[in-house]
Amino acid sequence: MNVISRGFHGRRRDEGDRLPPGQYLVEDFPVLSAGPTPRVPLDRWEFAIDTEAGVTHRWSWPEFQALPQETPTVDIHCVTEWSKLDTSWEGVSLDVLFEDVDTDASYALVYSYGGYTTNLPLEDLLDGKAWIAHRFDGEELEPRHGGPARLIVPHLYFWKSAKWVRGIRLLDDDHPGFWETAGYHNYGDPWREQRYEGD
Amino acid sequence: MTQEHLDGNTLAGPLSEIFAVDVTTATGRCASCGMSGPIGALHVYGPDPGLVGRCPGCEEVVLRLVRGPGSAWLDLRGTISLKVHLPD
Amino acid sequence: MPRLTWQAAELVTSTPETGTARTLRLRVPGWRGHLAGQHVDVRLTAEDGYSTRRSYSLAGPADGEFLDLTVESVPDGEVSPYLTEIMRPGDQVEIRGPVGGWFVWRPGGDRPVLLVAGGSGIVPLMAMVRARRQAGSDTPFRLVYSVRGPDNVYYADELRRPDPGLDVSYLYTRSVPEGVSRPAGRVTQADLAEAGRPAALAPDCYVCGPTGFVETAADLLLALGHAPERIRTERFGPSGG
Repeated sequence: MNVISRGFHGRRRDEGDRLPPGQYLVEDFPVLSAGPTPRVPLDRWEFAIDTEAGVTHRWSWPEFQALPQETPTVDIHCVTEWSKLDTSWEGVSLDVLFEDVDTDASYALVYSYGGYTTNLPLEDLLDGKAWIAHRFDGEELEPRHGGPARLIVPHLYFWKSAKWVRGIRLLDDDHPGFWETAGYHNYGDPWREQRYEGD
Repeated sequence: MTQEHLDGNTLAGPLSEIFAVDVTTATGRCASCGMSGPIGALHVYGPDPGLVGRCPGCEEVVLRLVRGPGSAWLDLRGTISLKVHLPD
Repeated sequence: MPRLTWQAAELVTSTPETGTARTLRLRVPGWRGHLAGQHVDVRLTAEDGYSTRRSYSLAGPADGEFLDLTVESVPDGEVSPYLTEIMRPGDQVEIRGPVGGWFVWRPGGDRPVLLVAGGSGIVPLMAMVRARRQAGSDTPFRLVYSVRGPDNVYYADELRRPDPGLDVSYLYTRSVPEGVSRPAGRVTQADLAEAGRPAALAPDCYVCGPTGFVETAADLLLALGHAPERIRTERFGPSGG
């Protein structure tokens, strides 16, 4: 039993049907990082999808920019308990990037410039559920928020939305990523409050 | 670019929940580049979602520590060895 | 050393240092003492069970079951406004510590000491200054204190009082008091060459402050020839409040 600090209320914990359990609302956009912020020049940037059969699909920055763009507005939920509503992004749906990808894989391992990785079932990236975003709130995505481009998978805790995304490796077997091997939940559904391993 | 991290000292409290010695004064050797030095001199990122200690020489991950309710997860894969000073 | 657990701590006094910072004197029954430079984790729990924690440096050497923390109130912060504005004598928090055996100074060493403080980074360095005085140590100390202006100086009266063997110099970054010739500005190599100590004396250097300040000051000390193993740093991260 903790000692109560009289008169301490802490930040607001909100109730509301758009907030998953245990989350509170923020207006700013907190930055969490596990390492130095990579600076990726656009002329060296590329995004790749590597299939389980060893085929690699690549996009340079101009090729990526030439793809059909979408402007999703979504709520995001960080495992550290903040949520931000109605964030607006611009980017390419993973459905577009997967159009010509031939795969029977069940799992994806997302990898980033700087070495970060995160894993999720491939189906969680498809059918309008995920984007590679390069603009936030009408502006170019800043490096501290994952620019030049980051994954956006808003239906899972935000650590799955890898910053500085570089590619997706398709796998027959699940391969836990950076936080998933250090105590965080393998799937991370905020509505089922899957924060830690075993939740 | 390196202006985002904290020092290894910040690991002292969280590690004191797990170990009975002050691990920040122990000498760790980086599994990636072989450099050794006090854990207190690591470049530490966090504290949320977890503490990530990186080698000041090569910036590879030396140590990771996640504290959840009722459990802590400690990953020392990036450390070859930890030399702890003890009385005879 | 047993593993650390949370201990109840009661506020005894709260004393202003500047317009935004206060020193809290806490009583922790059974406190087993600490070294200059160490910090503690502070945990606050609301009546509904919500709880959060922060780290604060100890501002002085061990004094029985009393310990001093100096807390800067961060606008819109979650914890520091409570500690500095709402908390009253008799109110309680929980303390875990002391922690950190790396960024510490122990009386008795024969090496001269150079302390470089940026803003609220003075707190653990002041603990070293006080520990030196308390121990009657004659180790030469030099403190270089970078601060926005004269109104932002912590422990101003105490640092003005003569303390043989301790030299203090101020680097004002925004507003300069009358009679000071150095223009306002961030720490430079010339500042540390002049107010610091020659690298040839191989002083133990302790640098504490916001991350950017520590990065700059440590780089300048290296450029002046101080050995990396003689420079210890403590960065105050962005997650304060």
